[in-house]
Amino acid sequence: MRTTLIMGFAAILLWSACKSSSDKKTLPIYGNREPVTKTVDGKQVTDTIYQTIPPFKFVNQYGDSVSNKTLNGDIYVVDFFFTTCPSICPIMHRNMLKVYETFKSTGNFKIISHTIDPKHDSVAVLKKYADKLGISGNTWWFLQGKKEDIYTIAEKNYLVAVKQDSSASGGYIHAGYFVLIDKQKRIRGSYDGTDPKQVDELISDIKILQAEPDQMIVQ
Amino acid sequence: MSWKLIASLFAFVAILFAAACQSDENLDFKRYYSSGALIYQQHCQNCHGTNGEGLSALIPPLSDSTYLRKNFSSLPCYVKNGLKGPINIKGKTFDDAMPAIDLSPVEIAQVLTYVGNSFGNKLNTIDEQAVQKSLATCK
Repeated sequence: MRTTLIMGFAAILLWSACKSSSDKKTLPIYGNREPVTKTVDGKQVTDTIYQTIPPFKFVNQYGDSVSNKTLNGDIYVVDFFFTTCPSICPIMHRNMLKVYETFKSTGNFKIISHTIDPKHDSVAVLKKYADKLGISGNTWWFLQGKKEDIYTIAEKNYLVAVKQDSSASGGYIHAGYFVLIDKQKRIRGSYDGTDPKQVDELISDIKILQAEPDQMIVQ
Repeated sequence: MSWKLIASLFAFVAILFAAACQSDENLDFKRYYSSGALIYQQHCQNCHGTNGEGLSALIPPLSDSTYLRKNFSSLPCYVKNGLKGPINIKGKTFDDAMPAIDLSPVEIAQVLTYVGNSFGNKLNTIDEQAVQKSLATCK
């Protein structure tokens, strides 16, 4: 009798252990959110509107224009760099190469690296940089555009929303963050691109996002 | 005190001296190497990598012993003044510029001793005098 009890208890323990380990980690959604109440079919429905990346337009290393619409339905990772950067950019892109190698053959995934020195980093310079880095195809884009546009989107949309301590203006760019954006254009993570451990975390978080149902309602 | 004891004492002291002299050179190397490792972390590692692996075709690796040996006397100039123009490392051409690094001759000696004896390289200690001699002939 006693043995059965113990066995039963052990079984429950085991089962709950299994259950908790199979519970998938979900990623937080960063940024402001506001509840919006609208009337659908005569009923009041409250919905949450999350902060998303607003429309943008840049040009990639092939000279093709890339807008927010081009990235519809894609999970993507964003960073900011410049080709002549002697400090952290080489480390960032050494680490980003790992992300690229992991996901280059999966669909609906992009890496976009914005140059913060568009005056020097023309489309041709970016193409050469991409070639030398060993990047081909359309998984990793190096984007060029108006300086104000790049700095605004960096500060207002990709980084400050996640890292609230960006009081040091300009300094944020050298923070070297990799920002993870989901298919709904919401920020789901921010990782120190100079730290291989955090980049490994980014890789596993991308896999979690890929497994997330498209219209999942989270939180 | 017996002669034997005195003789063995002498022998012991002689051995001590010999050991001290030998490890002096070794100590110099170690001192250069460990200071060089720190300088490497501060000034070189971002681009050339923790293991001197470089970055694709953008930044050359530092593990080409043949190149290092061949250009041994120019290495201090490359560090001090930067390097521009195509170079061939491990069968690949690199033509991006390396910025000049403002280091003193002894620091250059230390970092080159570190690089010259890491990543599979086996060069000798590069001392301050050798660096100064090389720097005088920089183009």
